[in-house]
Amino acid sequence: MFEVLGFEFFRNALVAGVLASVACGVIGTYVVVRRMVSVSGGISHAAFGGIGLGYFLGIDPLIGATGFTVATALGMGTLQLRARQQMDTLIGAVWAAGMALGILFVYLTPGFAPDLFSYLFGNILLVPRDDILLMAILIAIIVAVVAYLYREFQAITFDPDYATVMNLPVERLSLLLLVLIALTVVMLIQVVGIILVIALLTLPAAISRLFTTRIWSMMLLAVGLGIVFSVTGIWLSYLLNVPSGATIILVSTLAYAGALGTERLRQGD
Amino acid sequence: MSAPVIEVDDVWVRMRGHTVLEGVSLAIHPDEFYAIIGPNGGGKTTLLRVILGLLAPSRGEVRILGSTGAEMRRFLGYVPQFRTFDFDYPITVREMVLSGRLGHVTRRPRRYDANDRDRTEEALETMRIADLADRQIRDLSGGEQQRAIIARALVGDPKVLLLDEPTVYVDAPTEAQFYEVLDLLRDRMAIVLVTHDIGVIPAHVTRVACLNRRLYTHDTNEITPDMLEAAYHCPVDLIAHGVPHRVFSEHSREE
Repeated sequence: MFEVLGFEFFRNALVAGVLASVACGVIGTYVVVRRMVSVSGGISHAAFGGIGLGYFLGIDPLIGATGFTVATALGMGTLQLRARQQMDTLIGAVWAAGMALGILFVYLTPGFAPDLFSYLFGNILLVPRDDILLMAILIAIIVAVVAYLYREFQAITFDPDYATVMNLPVERLSLLLLVLIALTVVMLIQVVGIILVIALLTLPAAISRLFTTRIWSMMLLAVGLGIVFSVTGIWLSYLLNVPSGATIILVSTLAYAGALGTERLRQGD
Repeated sequence: MSAPVIEVDDVWVRMRGHTVLEGVSLAIHPDEFYAIIGPNGGGKTTLLRVILGLLAPSRGEVRILGSTGAEMRRFLGYVPQFRTFDFDYPITVREMVLSGRLGHVTRRPRRYDANDRDRTEEALETMRIADLADRQIRDLSGGEQQRAIIARALVGDPKVLLLDEPTVYVDAPTEAQFYEVLDLLRDRMAIVLVTHDIGVIPAHVTRVACLNRRLYTHDTNEITPDMLEAAYHCPVDLIAHGVPHRVFSEHSREE
C-alpha cells in the first residue's frame, strides 16, 4: 500500500493536507472559542460566488474566491460591529446569496465549467505543485500574524468589551481575524470543498478544546489532530477508492463523536 | 473634596426610539463608594457602558480624570455582569488576570514583563485566589470566578472599580465575603456598584442614587422614600422585601 507514495500527486495531496491542517488548527481555535462557526460557514459559502465570478471573468476561480471571501468577511464584520444586526439572519442571507451568485455566474459563462464539482466537494488529489507553494506562503503569513498578535487576539475573543475598555483597537483586530478566517477558508476549498470546509475548520479545534487549557496548546493539538485526520482520510479514500474530501470529514466527525463520548465517561467518574 | 474621577454630564441615550437615559449627571470622587440602584431595564447597565466608552451617548459627555479621551478608560476597572461572561474560554485564572495588564503594555509585540507578573500575583493574593491560579476559569465555583474577574480589574491599577450586578449569582456567604473584599479595596480606589436589588446595599456605601431613566440622587448614603417612589413608582412593595434598616433614615421608617 506504500507504493502509492511514488506518485507525485499523492505526495502533493499529503503535503496539502498537512498544510491545511496547520491553518485549520490555528484559525479554527479562534472560530471555536469565539463561537464564529456560522460566520465561517457564511464566509465559505459566499466563496462560491467568487468561484463563479472567476469562471465568468476567465480568471483562476480561487483568485475570485479569495476576493469574494475577504470582502464578505469585512462586510459582515463591519455590520456586526456597527449595526448590531440580527447576526444569524444576516449570515443566512450571505450564505444563500453567495451560492446563488455563483450559480448565476456559472450559468452565464459560455461553455462547460471544468472542476466545478471539485470546488464544491474538494479534490485534494488534484492539487498542483504551484498551489502547494501558495498555500505554504499563506500559512506562513497566518501563523506569523497570530504569533505577533497572540495577546490581542486572546483579549478580543475572550472579552471584547474589556479589550475595548483597555483601549485595544478591537474593531480592526476583529476584522483582521475575519480576514484570516477567509484566507483559511479559501485554502481549505481545495482540500475538502466549500460544502465541507466548516467541518475541517471546527472539528479538530472542538476536539482539542476538550483536552487543553490554553489557546496555544489548543492550537497545537488541533493542528496535530487535523494532520492525523487528513492523512488518514486521504489514505482511506485511496484504499477504498472513494472521494477524499468526504472521507477526511467523516474521519474527523467519527473522532469528534468518540472524543465527546470519552469526555462524557470521564466526567461521569 | 478632591476632583472627581468620573463626571457624567447631562447624558442622554436613545435606542430604537426609546429614551433609555434622560439627562443623567453625576460625579464620583476618589474616596467614594457609590451605589446606583434601580429596576431592571432602568438603564443601569447602559449608564455603565456609556461611562466605559462602550456606547456613545446621544447627547452629553463623560469625563474621566477631567478628560474625555478614549485612552482614559485605562483608569477604569470593570466587573461585567456574570451571565455575560464566557467561562468556557480556555484560559487559566492567572492568564485571565494577567490579561488585565494588556492596556498598559506599550511594547510591540505586546508581551508581559516582570512587573505585570508581580502585579498579577498581588491581585491574586488580594482576592485570595492565588492557590487557584493554574486552574481553568470554568472549573471554579461562582464566588471564585467572581473574585477572578475582580482581580483582572485590579491589575490595571484602576482609579475606579465599576461593578455590574455583582451579587446576582452568588450565595449569601459568598456575598458577605464579597463585601468584605470591597471594604478592603475602598482605600485604594473609588467603587461604583450597580444593582437592581436594594436589599444588597451594604452599610458601607457613601452615596446612593436611584436610576430609572432619570437619576435621582441624594447627598447621603440613605435611600429616601421619594427617591424610591420616583425611581420605582411602587416603594411599598420593595420596602416589604426586607431592606436593611440602617440604609433608611429614622424618618422614613416611621412612615
